[in-house]
Amino acid sequence: MTDATAQPLPQPEGKKSSILVADAHTAKRNAAEGRFKAYGIIAILIGLLFLVALLGSIISNGAPAFTQTRVTLDIPLNEDEIEAAEASIVKTAKYNDLVGTAVAKALSDAGIETDMEPDSLLRMLSGSAGSNFRNRVLDNPGLVGSTQTFEFLASSRVDGYLKGRVTRDALVDDKNLDAAHLDLVDQMREAGLVNRGFNLDFILGADASDTRPEAAGMGVSMLGSFFMMLVVLACALPIGIAASIYLEEFAPQNRWTDLIEVNISNLAAVPSIVFGILGLSAFIQVMHLPQSAPLVGGLTLTLMTLPTIVISTRASLKSVPPSIRDAALGVGASKMQAVFHHVLPLAMPGILTGTIIGLAQALGETAPLLLIGMVGFIASNPPEGLTSGFMDPNSAMPAQIYEWAKRSDPAFYERAWGGIIILLLFLMTMNIIAILLRRKFERRW
Amino acid sequence: MPTIWIALLAIAIGVAGYLIGRRRAMSSAGGRIRNLHSLPNFYGMSAALSGLVPALLVLGLWTLAQPLVLQNTISDMISQDQLESTGSLGLAMSDVRRVADGLDLAVSESALSAEEASSIGTDLSEVRALLGEIGVALGSDVSQETLRAAQAYRGQSATGDLFKTLVVLAIALGGTALAIWRITAAFRARNFVETGVRMLLIAAASIAVLTTVGIFLSLIFNTVEFFRLYPAWDFFFGTTWQPSFSGRGGASQLGVVPLLWGTLYISLIALAVAVPIGLLSAIYLSEYASPRVRAFAKPMLEVLAGIPTIVYGLFALLTVGPLLVTVFGDNTVGWMRGGTAVMTAGLVMGIMLIPFVSSLSDDIINSVPQAMRDGSLGLGATHAETVRQVVLPAALPGVVGAILLAASRAIGETMIVVLGAGAAARLSLNPFEAMTTVTAKIVSQLTGDSDFSSPEALVAFALGMTLFVITLGLNVVALYIVRKYREQYE
Repeated sequence: MTDATAQPLPQPEGKKSSILVADAHTAKRNAAEGRFKAYGIIAILIGLLFLVALLGSIISNGAPAFTQTRVTLDIPLNEDEIEAAEASIVKTAKYNDLVGTAVAKALSDAGIETDMEPDSLLRMLSGSAGSNFRNRVLDNPGLVGSTQTFEFLASSRVDGYLKGRVTRDALVDDKNLDAAHLDLVDQMREAGLVNRGFNLDFILGADASDTRPEAAGMGVSMLGSFFMMLVVLACALPIGIAASIYLEEFAPQNRWTDLIEVNISNLAAVPSIVFGILGLSAFIQVMHLPQSAPLVGGLTLTLMTLPTIVISTRASLKSVPPSIRDAALGVGASKMQAVFHHVLPLAMPGILTGTIIGLAQALGETAPLLLIGMVGFIASNPPEGLTSGFMDPNSAMPAQIYEWAKRSDPAFYERAWGGIIILLLFLMTMNIIAILLRRKFERRW
Repeated sequence: MPTIWIALLAIAIGVAGYLIGRRRAMSSAGGRIRNLHSLPNFYGMSAALSGLVPALLVLGLWTLAQPLVLQNTISDMISQDQLESTGSLGLAMSDVRRVADGLDLAVSESALSAEEASSIGTDLSEVRALLGEIGVALGSDVSQETLRAAQAYRGQSATGDLFKTLVVLAIALGGTALAIWRITAAFRARNFVETGVRMLLIAAASIAVLTTVGIFLSLIFNTVEFFRLYPAWDFFFGTTWQPSFSGRGGASQLGVVPLLWGTLYISLIALAVAVPIGLLSAIYLSEYASPRVRAFAKPMLEVLAGIPTIVYGLFALLTVGPLLVTVFGDNTVGWMRGGTAVMTAGLVMGIMLIPFVSSLSDDIINSVPQAMRDGSLGLGATHAETVRQVVLPAALPGVVGAILLAASRAIGETMIVVLGAGAAARLSLNPFEAMTTVTAKIVSQLTGDSDFSSPEALVAFALGMTLFVITLGLNVVALYIVRKYREQYE
């Protein structure tokens, strides 16, 4: 000790040390501190930047799907022409001719000059114009003889042009539409024949074939998702709660319990596509349930979400304080009564929150659905009734988005982004409900 | 009778049993509740449960087993030459089922009478035309034998359904009646019901184990079938992936090495993106950030985890891919040909994994005891030095576990690679080339029109098995490390 004080501390040569002025080493250390902190901030900013880029690209690409260009035409419903059309073999072709003539007439009425044939003019409209026209005439036979106003979907190219997706340069090699058509569209827009409106059909309608992106909608696949979620809710909630109650409240510490617990935590991390393989071989190969049915999709997703629900249910059962159980047992309830009458009701908000989050995860899952065949066909009709809803082939929202993303026409990409907006709105609603539930019923013991 | 009606009837019997049991208990106690061993509801429930549970159990098992049993008896009817002409038993059976379904449909649309459906068969073209009329198209010509088998199938499944109805309803009635008969005032109904409910809880908990067993069985059976058709050595060590769909069992080359390479390469890029960003943000959020910044930034980053993978897939295909092409494409350095590439998929997958890494590491860093930080700061270390030299080494095992979990997530990810990585199997080091992964190939091999008996389709199960084993191994190791680490500081 004396030695230490006896020897003077070695002073840096020619420098006076001060507590107020940092020396080189301290400055370096402080700079490292600043740098380290900056790395963290940069990392968070990059993460947030990715989020903004993702959401931005979803919204900017998807928003146009919610508007749709339509062409308004007055068509005189001449009885002879309609009879002639009905008598011919290709009926819609005749109706298409009628629509084509109406377009030509509307153009000349509006004072727009063109040397195009009605046939070529018709390409500005959706391919379904003729059949839509026919359906409306057949549904309302009383209209025949009068002149009626019809709104037809414009073709996806015209729609894309007005939304800025299709340019004149892009049409050089296009066999459907020329730049001349686009000049016409500009003039028609000024004359009020072409207008853009809200696209309710996209939200409620059915998918359409490859050639008619303008008519494709999400409605039917939404129903498919809805029926799947019903199956998931009906299976996963009771099984999940029962399993968690057993593991949390009754299970003795033995090998079997250990095995179940290890299993659940591993299942939660098994890739979703493996559940698709399981669904394919168990439900379709072995049990011969119908392919592409929401029932099969729902069962597969049930197996997938079960671990998530069990984990969150156990957490909320665990958060109910033991004093509640002790009190119930103290006044003479059996263990089963204590759990079902007291613990379970108190844990219910937490369980519901976990279930909603599990459902949201199931709603957005795509990979297992690909394997059980919920893609690759056009879900054109909404299911009739409950049995048909569960058993008939249908698509689901994420599978429908995947289907559109695979098609070659860029007009479908817009639909896919729009579908994502709808899907995310559903997920957001579910998550907000979960958060509100938690806020409202959360109890601190 | 359809299964759902049988189930509903059994439930109705259960409800009736509940009411009767309750009343019987009350009357046996002379209408005075204090004479009963348990509350009256327990007597009702004991009656309902003892009929309903076994009935529904038998119903479920029977519904599962009937197709299997039928398949066995019917497949004996199919002769060897028939097998050779259709190719495999599975195909022959699916023919039989289609014809049987067609006959069912014909009967239900009254194009055929029930007797006709089981006796028709003198003229095969007639059957074909008839089924064609009601919209059942038969691919190959129906042989006499297939038709006979289909008729036998129909007959046996009708008998099976009849017996199923009878047996299930008999069990429901019998079980309920037996339980009602046992009810007296002294019957320990609560103990009986609670044991039953406990059994049901155990059964529910065992579903997790059953799921794993199901996954394992569905993979193993089809994988074994695949290795019977295709040598295992060529699968595990083959360096070419070239399935041919033209001829069955023809010149397909199904080597898994290029797929594994693509999977690992993409996962590696994803981790290279996710680990630094995730880890650094976790450190900042848990060590430096003010509560307000934390309350904002943490949920925002976690939004990334809640977005479905199909959205990331589309983002890769339509936004990131084209963006990378404009940066690295032919106009600038010419490294990249098309939008789908290892880089595209890896980058987007990295974004997806950021919240996964950050929230797991956040938990782990937070669980490092404060005393360790205080000790280091008290010795004069700066905050950054404390984090780097004390907190991180202490948290390292946990962080490694988190990274392994993220890696297993990346390896099993499907939608991003299906849309963003391309379809060509390649062994290359260039990250701007399109490659494909195990998951993407599982999807493409199982979503075509191929039947389940060709090696080209069965290979998907072998791929699934490979994937399952790899991810399971990673998970087990990761969970072990994380758990071990938690125990250390608890």
